[in-house]
Amino acid sequence: MELSELTQLNGVSGNEQAVRAAILREAAQCCDRTRVDKMGNLLAFKAGTRPGSGHVLLLSHMDEVGLMALGVTDEGLIAYDPVGGIDPRVLVSKRVTVGEKGIPGVIGAKAIHLQTREERATPLTHRDLSVDIGAKDKASAEQLVKPGDYIALAGDYLAFGEGFVRAKALDDRVGCYNLLRLMRERFTCDVTYAFTVQEEVGLRGAGVVARQVDAARCALILEGTTANDLGHVPEHLQVTRAGAGVALSFMDRTTIAHPGLLRALKACAQREGIAWQFKQFVAGGNDAGAVQGAKGPLAVASLSVPCRYIHSPSSVCSLMDVEAQYALARAFLMEGAAFESEERG
Amino acid sequence: MKELLEKVLAAYGPSGHEDKVRAVIEGLIRPYVDELRTDALGNLIARKHGAGKRIMLAAHMDQIGFIVTDVDKHGFLRVHNVGGIYRRNSLNRRVVFENGMSGVVSCEVEGDSPTDTTMLKLFIDIGAADRADALSQVALGDMAVYAPECTHLMNRCVCAPAMDNRAGCALLIGALQAVTNCPNEVVAVFTSQEEVGLRGARAAAYDVDPDVGIALDVTLVGDTPKGERLPMKIGGGIAIKVMDSSVICAGEVVAALEAAAEDAGAAHQREILFGGGTDAGAIHQTRSGVPSGALSIPSRYVHSACEVISLDDLEAGVKTLAAFLMRG
Repeated sequence: MELSELTQLNGVSGNEQAVRAAILREAAQCCDRTRVDKMGNLLAFKAGTRPGSGHVLLLSHMDEVGLMALGVTDEGLIAYDPVGGIDPRVLVSKRVTVGEKGIPGVIGAKAIHLQTREERATPLTHRDLSVDIGAKDKASAEQLVKPGDYIALAGDYLAFGEGFVRAKALDDRVGCYNLLRLMRERFTCDVTYAFTVQEEVGLRGAGVVARQVDAARCALILEGTTANDLGHVPEHLQVTRAGAGVALSFMDRTTIAHPGLLRALKACAQREGIAWQFKQFVAGGNDAGAVQGAKGPLAVASLSVPCRYIHSPSSVCSLMDVEAQYALARAFLMEGAAFESEERG
Repeated sequence: MKELLEKVLAAYGPSGHEDKVRAVIEGLIRPYVDELRTDALGNLIARKHGAGKRIMLAAHMDQIGFIVTDVDKHGFLRVHNVGGIYRRNSLNRRVVFENGMSGVVSCEVEGDSPTDTTMLKLFIDIGAADRADALSQVALGDMAVYAPECTHLMNRCVCAPAMDNRAGCALLIGALQAVTNCPNEVVAVFTSQEEVGLRGARAAAYDVDPDVGIALDVTLVGDTPKGERLPMKIGGGIAIKVMDSSVICAGEVVAALEAAAEDAGAAHQREILFGGGTDAGAIHQTRSGVPSGALSIPSRYVHSACEVISLDDLEAGVKTLAAFLMRG
């Protein structure tokens, strides 16, 4: 399945079924067994060619940030709350898709002509914003939208510039895309490919996944992460740089990378000539934080694709970095997922 | 006790990089335990076999520090905190890296406000001439800690960085050395990554699957001029935790620890802490729940380079824990 198709599916946290169904179709064809757990996580297992070569857990999350309808205002507009971390300043005059029927909508705000000086100086909050679905009044809007309906950001997929793409939900359909590519091969070690739910609202699916997986040796998280490589940002605050390779994290808010695993990944990238960089900022977190202690200790590391304007309908990443994420995960698995561990006794 | 404490205080060990502390502790406890292993998160797990209850003891090995996130063209290292670093405690302090390289933590002057609490304006100066020179000694992702220096004050008070939680490690080592023919199954875990969110203890507790959990850590005090409004004081005995922001201790565990302190003739006080947490916070939520408590060594100036404790409190802690483990 192509990244262009994956990013166009809607899967706001807790509502991942369209993404899951598409991934399951492919996973069922190339894995030995698949299962969907009670939370909606998809686990696909593929045995290795050499028994006793260990078991590796790979994770990417299916969900994306979005909104949830709270109800209809007297004017027939949809009030909402954010699902996951969304900056309200990003949402003004953006297109959205409401509910299962995919009703088109737009997020409105007062035109600049009508704003007071004070209003112009104050950023709008989610409470100041609403979704306009073009309903003529409250009653007709209520026919179409119920409280609890999911609202997804709309953002088409476009390849542009020098090897860049723009789309919604690059975080983390890039990871899903690469997991689907990896599972076409059979490695020496056993691999469980896990597509998790509800990462964006607090890593809720991944711990549940870890407790269903027997004796994994390590877990690799394939993620989209923040890139802040913009003109005015000082070098030490750029986090990652789009186009500079797959980003390895030494530490974020939920994990400190396993030292041996991180060393092995760096060595692997260097040996194979795969472009890589560090995520040079301690911020954000991902499913690694939830799996590392969920069922006893597990060595974890994150391989991320830098995304500019992440958590927006127009996130941007470099296809070279997407390839580098794939190449590094693949090379590590091809080499038997070997790493040094202090583990003993 | 003094020599034991000094040995564990001297080792380098920020969160996630506890190898050196672990090696020192391994050497100190090996003759006193039946099994010893290290898990994938770097927890050191020691067992003393016994037929009774399985008691998990947790003392975290890691200390707070700084992680290098960038090196500028002049050779200054940009950093982020690892655990609860206070900016005001760090300015113009000496730090060391795992390879022994020293540096000084300082701060941008231009546009700085003393009330700023973020780490974004801090840097470490290792005397490098430029970026390449700095990178010959230190890599991105390397961690630095306050330079170890143990000083003895009056009345058996000891001052050092990393007292949080090498004092707890020393307490646990002391108890393991003191207890023989224990009726209970003792699983002593020297945990990793406590300072960044009780991560080692959470993982280890799942594996250990204990009947009871006891954390050994330091706690804050309210005994300094216009200090925190807290009942604990140094020299007042080992603190038996009632609650902190991570755990409300099981009543029966608090009672058993108090009874053990009485049996042992050890001075003790109660700990009620509204901020801060410890490994018991992770252990008590393991699997279907574990009755848990904690013994805390009262400490002044926690999370600074001059954490002060009393050896008397530490020794009272060893006696209390040893007596607790011997109870049926």
